[in-house]
Amino acid sequence: MVDKSLELFDCGHRACGGCGPAMLARLMLKATGENVIVVASTGCMEVFSTPYPETAWKVPWIHSLFENAAAVASGIEASLKHNNRTEKVVCICGDGATFDIGMLCISGAFERGHDITYICYDNEAYMNTGIQRSGATPYDASTTTTPAGRMSTGNALPKKDLPQILNAHGASYVATASVAYPMDVMKKVEKAINTPGACYIQVHTPCSTGWGFDGAKTIEIGKQAIECGLWVNYEMENGELKKAKKILRTPVDDYLKAQKRFRHLFKPERNAEEIAKIQAIADANAAKYNIDIKLKE
Amino acid sequence: MALRIGAAAAPGRAPDNKTGSWRVFMPIVDMEKCTHCGTCTLACPETAVSDEDGEIRFDLDYCKGCGVCANECPAKAIKMILEEN
Amino acid sequence: MLQIMEGSHAVAEAAKLCRPEVVSAYPITPQTHIVERLAEMVADGELDAEYLCVDSELSALSVCLGSSAAGSRVYSATSSQGLMLMAEVVFNVAGMRQPIIMSIANRALGAPLSIWNDQQDSLSLRDSGWFQLYGEDVQEMTDQHFIAYKAAERHDVLLPGFVCFDGFILSHTYEPVDIPTQEEIDAYLPPYVPYNKLDAKSPLSMGMYATPDYYMEFRYETDLAMQRAGNAISEVGKEFGEMFGRDYSMHTESYRMDDADVAFVALGSICGTVKDAIDEMRADGIKAGLVKIRTYRPFPAKEIAHALAGVPKVAVLEKNISLGTSMKGIVGLEVKDALTGTGIDVYSYVVGLGGRDIRKKDIRAIAALAEKGEGNMFYGLRTELL
Repeated sequence: MVDKSLELFDCGHRACGGCGPAMLARLMLKATGENVIVVASTGCMEVFSTPYPETAWKVPWIHSLFENAAAVASGIEASLKHNNRTEKVVCICGDGATFDIGMLCISGAFERGHDITYICYDNEAYMNTGIQRSGATPYDASTTTTPAGRMSTGNALPKKDLPQILNAHGASYVATASVAYPMDVMKKVEKAINTPGACYIQVHTPCSTGWGFDGAKTIEIGKQAIECGLWVNYEMENGELKKAKKILRTPVDDYLKAQKRFRHLFKPERNAEEIAKIQAIADANAAKYNIDIKLKE
Repeated sequence: MALRIGAAAAPGRAPDNKTGSWRVFMPIVDMEKCTHCGTCTLACPETAVSDEDGEIRFDLDYCKGCGVCANECPAKAIKMILEEN
Repeated sequence: MLQIMEGSHAVAEAAKLCRPEVVSAYPITPQTHIVERLAEMVADGELDAEYLCVDSELSALSVCLGSSAAGSRVYSATSSQGLMLMAEVVFNVAGMRQPIIMSIANRALGAPLSIWNDQQDSLSLRDSGWFQLYGEDVQEMTDQHFIAYKAAERHDVLLPGFVCFDGFILSHTYEPVDIPTQEEIDAYLPPYVPYNKLDAKSPLSMGMYATPDYYMEFRYETDLAMQRAGNAISEVGKEFGEMFGRDYSMHTESYRMDDADVAFVALGSICGTVKDAIDEMRADGIKAGLVKIRTYRPFPAKEIAHALAGVPKVAVLEKNISLGTSMKGIVGLEVKDALTGTGIDVYSYVVGLGGRDIRKKDIRAIAALAEKGEGNMFYGLRTELL
């Protein structure tokens, strides 16, 4: 037997093998500890972790709807404040719930500046309903609502820059992270819950089922995303970029090739034009966040 | 068990669902190679790997056999083998 | 002591006396005076509550849900389109069994846009799992807030409730009203004791998802609670009467129903007009009466059947339309169901939609239509426009 007494996210949940969001749930609770109230949106994690009565959450947890977690969290925080309670309030919501349907409630909560931490587990599409495109889906990814085809190279729109939108709301702390770097995730969650005001962390959580790779490679894929510059881990405090993970950047090809959602870019032959556009996104990220390690000539 | 109104439940029941039955490949560890770096215990989405008393243990009641531990092990100490039966 | 007060301000006073810890609402005509007054009370230190200005009604009720789940008594108010935007949360709150009380200043639904009164908004949410009380005048709708909290929070109920009153007609009308003192309400309404509560000392998962193995039983339990809510409202209404002299033990109020040949059934402020019309009709030898529905959910079918027993014709005045149904009115369908097997003729009359005035002569004309067996129709249409 494995001693699980210190774990706050229980085994027995129904996530797919190698699930990135399940890794995040565990890491998040390791960082928050027991004195927390978790608010979930409808989505994969909510469904795989709480089929009645088998909850995987050993801390107080509430789910209301798809789009209202930030408002429910606001209400919880107001109640705690009124009664001088000390629990931290943490939302854990998917990218569909965050980038798309939940924007109204999130905007309100961040404008009001509640002392909450909103964590988005970003697996870049609506996975719970079957891999439909969301505002977080990257350019050219084939999803069930943006399928690649003779007339399409997949999702035609770029990923929405949500961290910047929340930064513009005056969020005290905005960060991105990846389950590929567990210690970094925990450090950022700990920082966010101990920073007064509304904080946002967007965590890249590769989804083997939705992206099309072997579940053993969840962390490997997450690392590749960072190494090619398509995902950047950074921190912003009170509107200013404080830190971004520096890398020796690789071309985007290997990251794309490893996932079925991009395989149309390589069949029947490499689509140089489209891959160049994706490379340009990585290049722009690198310039914006200054992540390239410059080697001496 | 009577329902708790509000679709509410106390913790403790998730482990009723023994996800080990999903497994096709199972992890085995070579303790000669293991450096106790903690990568596998932290990476496991099932909390099914522990490092106690100098031993890496897999909780086969819950290990889904995803292979993240083997893939990430920097020392290549974990292998996934086809589980008989 | 009677004070002259605007309906909305009386509701705000009632909400304050119930000591909500969190107030969250989004402005919408004709609910605004309630939430403005509550904001003043918080600003002036008269009410010790967290007052959240939110982005939408969706957030307003979601905030209330969160606060309630964390153990606070909460308050909100809305109308019309606002209630519709909330609708998903409305159903959710009932399933979560959070005893939230919300005032509804009844208003028509668009399109076409209308800010004026009818009862389409709350009646459309009759199956949402919230009990629904309707007030006839400012005193009644004020008192119903105290009753609503006390009934909702009983652990044999744990359901949310609407306190409904006609927008403008009651929300913006000044009437003499007796507002109890804080001491009196504290004696009547004890502090809220949550049943399920988000608390790190005793973790609980709330609002889990249910497979087909569990879902139906949750719905069944909620229906049982709704049935118990009827008894609870009656009991706490009686208790209110004992303390304050205004008895609300009945879900309906019968007016001049003895030997009536035609009985009206109605909800809300229209009942005042109907009572006056009945007095005039009675003076002219027309034996009319009224059964006013105070508790619309749970539907007091037995009480209504008892009150209407032996009346040949029943005219239900509907400030709503159930589009595409034979009776046209939401309430009539349920009254008819309550009277199944009695041989009583029940007719719906759609009146007063979108603020159309209803006068005593209209009531009298409807009685005549019912006597002739003509009903299930719009009454008062401007035929020159059609």
